Amino acid sequence: MTATATALAAPPDDTAAARGGRLRAALRSGRLRAGLGIVAVLALTAALGPLFLGDPDAVSQDLSQAPSAAHWLGTTQTGQDVFTQFVVAARGTLLIGATSALIATAVSAVVGIGGGFLGGLTDEALSLLSNIFLVIPGLPLVIVVAAYVGAGTGATILVIALTTWAASARVLRAQTLSLRTRDYVLAARLYGESRRRIVLVEILPNELAIIVSQFIFAVIFAVLTQAALAFLGLDDPSNLTWGTMLYFAQNADALTGGAWWWFIPPGLAIAVLGAALSLISFGLDEVLDPRLRARRRRP
Amino acid sequence: MTDDILLAAHHVDVVYDTGEGTPTHAVRDVAVELRRGELLGIAGESGCGKSTLAYALTRLLQPPARLAAGTVTLDGQDLYALDREALRAVRWTRLSMVFQSAMNALNPVTTVGRQFDDIFRAHRPAMTATERRAKAGELLDMVGIDPSRLRSHPHELSGGMRQRVVIAMALALDPDVVVMDEPTTALDVVVQREILDEIEELRERLGFAVIFITHDLNLLLEISDRLAVMYAGRIVEYADTARIAEGGALHPYTRGLLRSFPALTGDRRDLRGIPGQPPDLRLATPGCAFADRCEAVVERCRAQRPELERVGEGLSWAACHVARHHPSDRQAVPTESAGQTRGGPA
Amino acid sequence: MRVRHLLRKLGFYAVAAWIAVTLNFVLPRLIPGDPVQLMMSRMAASGPVTEGQEKAMAAMLGLGHGNLLQQYGDYLSSLARLDFGLSTTYYPAKVSDVVAHAVPWTIVLVGLATLLSVALGITLGTLAGWRRGGRLDALVPSATFLAAVPYFWAALILLYLCTQVWALAPSSGGYDETYTIGLNTRFVVSAVQHGVLPAITIVVASVGGWMLGMRNMMVSTLAEDYVIAAEAKGLRPRTVMVRYAARNAVLPSVAGFAITLGFIVSGSLVMEIVFSYPGMGYTLLQAVTNNDYPLMQAIFLMITFAVLVANFLVDLLYSFVDPRTREATS
Repeated sequence: MTATATALAAPPDDTAAARGGRLRAALRSGRLRAGLGIVAVLALTAALGPLFLGDPDAVSQDLSQAPSAAHWLGTTQTGQDVFTQFVVAARGTLLIGATSALIATAVSAVVGIGGGFLGGLTDEALSLLSNIFLVIPGLPLVIVVAAYVGAGTGATILVIALTTWAASARVLRAQTLSLRTRDYVLAARLYGESRRRIVLVEILPNELAIIVSQFIFAVIFAVLTQAALAFLGLDDPSNLTWGTMLYFAQNADALTGGAWWWFIPPGLAIAVLGAALSLISFGLDEVLDPRLRARRRRP
Repeated sequence: MTDDILLAAHHVDVVYDTGEGTPTHAVRDVAVELRRGELLGIAGESGCGKSTLAYALTRLLQPPARLAAGTVTLDGQDLYALDREALRAVRWTRLSMVFQSAMNALNPVTTVGRQFDDIFRAHRPAMTATERRAKAGELLDMVGIDPSRLRSHPHELSGGMRQRVVIAMALALDPDVVVMDEPTTALDVVVQREILDEIEELRERLGFAVIFITHDLNLLLEISDRLAVMYAGRIVEYADTARIAEGGALHPYTRGLLRSFPALTGDRRDLRGIPGQPPDLRLATPGCAFADRCEAVVERCRAQRPELERVGEGLSWAACHVARHHPSDRQAVPTESAGQTRGGPA
Repeated sequence: MRVRHLLRKLGFYAVAAWIAVTLNFVLPRLIPGDPVQLMMSRMAASGPVTEGQEKAMAAMLGLGHGNLLQQYGDYLSSLARLDFGLSTTYYPAKVSDVVAHAVPWTIVLVGLATLLSVALGITLGTLAGWRRGGRLDALVPSATFLAAVPYFWAALILLYLCTQVWALAPSSGGYDETYTIGLNTRFVVSAVQHGVLPAITIVVASVGGWMLGMRNMMVSTLAEDYVIAAEAKGLRPRTVMVRYAARNAVLPSVAGFAITLGFIVSGSLVMEIVFSYPGMGYTLLQAVTNNDYPLMQAIFLMITFAVLVANFLVDLLYSFVDPRTREATS
């Protein structure tokens, strides 16, 4: 229960020049570039793709067709074009993922940095809260809440954020605790700088890389959770996402009908998105912990 | 004379492949020789490449560092030509090492006894468990630690005790050479003193040779037979300790280092550091790397790098244009000696 | 001291359990309107509702009478008696019986598959980190991909391949229902056959995460002085790798087990649905689709308790594998 942050334990370098240099070095890493490339392609698809395609719900006479020139990813059992759905769903998936992750990261920053910086009882209470949220399994809770609250995109986002923040709050708290005792923070306190200023100017910038990396994990988690919820029919089915696509495919027995073109692309896309985000995060880890970069080969 | 040489390194170059353009040259063209039973000191500021040299001498360089050129021989045997098993057999039985931080050199999750055990299991497979325990206890006793501490984990020991344990481990298989990389730096002065006395006593008793690496040149004056001073990856002075102790340092950097630290024993002196910072090892300069910080710099220093050359009698090498003209600093710098030179017999 | 450490942990998990229980109590009250009426109408829409049902439900939720505190007391006492009322989905079965039937399936399946996945992932990660840039290390990109695969999608693919493309495995259920549950060979064989695909799914979807985490920690740990010192001592490479490097590198994986277990449990629940595996996830979905609130809440609590117990056990394990924690709390 103590050391999830180990990979992030390397102290951040403080000068902007050093940070810029390491960022450039990291950009030379193949992983980071591959990750950024894939995410960029998916994001562009999500942003611009729907503009060039028709109504994803439009039905046609081509029922359950395999992929062809007319339907790149085939059609559903009601004749909807899977490719169009896929592209439109990308938008829904990314929006929900990014929004939930944003909220979760903001909460974790407030709880983690706030607790770590203020210390004392506040910290005790906040870290107990994050630890508890960490050990209570998220999805069952999300399912129960969703079942009570009913399906809706806003509710889904909030519920996912609610169950995601704890892990990164802990990482940020650990980092804040170590930054708090650094000389320059102590010096700022002696000068009588306000707490808000110390947090915003001295602490936050030095945790930026960690916050970004936690945000990335939150996106992965949010996309996976949303997919699971949607697959269970607990998200608004009218909001097309890769998860709802899988839900419809499952309900239409795409599997036993052999309609692989229907259920393979959405799941594959989720996995590819997740892998690309992980690659970005590894690239960032290498920036934070140069030891991971060191080439090592044993005899 | 040469038969006496246990460990010899020649033309050692170590390079860090940082993957960012030009590789960093941490150690350049270094040669050292260690004779049986002697203590050779290597001194220099942090970042001068002395620890990297220690790893090169023990074939422990970790990527991205690698030996780019040079040889290291132990008793005439090329350390870098050994295959994995042969190297493993040499390690610790003939050549052992004491690492900079004793806390980090001990496995935090296993007991001290188990870590001794691992050494004996690897090199003395014939020993029984009882023999291993007895021998480990004996070793701890030798460095003044109660053998019951074999059951302790590293975090349960004090800093000084850990360092003693690490030294005892280094001596477990009665090696010929022990490389000690800043073995006392992390300790407070009193404990530092105790550990140094311990090392001297053990050396007298067991006769192993030591390469002692430190940033504290004054400490070397007390304990070493010979010493090398490193700056920016090179040896700039290589001398019998006695000569340096008598004030015969040739290189301005050596003199600067002597002024930078208080002697471990002895009177208070005026402490002055050397102004400026060591150079960036990635940048190649045509002249002497020390030129910018040197009190005795002349024009030639910036244009041409001085080679390590023999200056004067005995073991007396320096890489300095100025040192060659003034073989001994005490007489060279003050004006009256200059007057003498000028007024000397023509 | 070991005992104090244990008590502290126990206290923490007691608080966590209490919060979960309370959450379960508060949630229905957050719905606007009369929750009992709302749930009754939803339940009526999807299943038979009897006379006693409304009262049982109100009692279970503690909504029937008295102030909030009294209701909370009623709720806790019915929990203590494991009385969750009747399930509408499996009417007229008692919720506790339905849950009791589902729990072993999930615990055995998820437990065994997780152990397998941990062992495999840690081993692969150790080897990949040890020989960085070697053949196993080339698996890292695939592991990254696998770690991001949704469990239920992996289940769909496996199911598709093993039942549609090649007829290798039974497609659904936990056992062949012509056999009786018990320790008889035919049932066990059938259960194992039905469990293979779900277990493979869990392993496939979770092994990548273990491997990546372990591999990165290995790379970090290999740069530690004690590992280099072990090499300098001329210890056997195996000893250096296992007892010096991996032994330390594994600690964060153990410490971070809570997060990973949450992932695995969540993934497995949804996966069960794909296989119609008669465990807690499948039952939970039945409860959700039938608006069977008592069953839903009971399953939520069961899952939470199971996860808390597992985490507590791992915490205990951690205090054994890292001697430093024992001192730290004394």
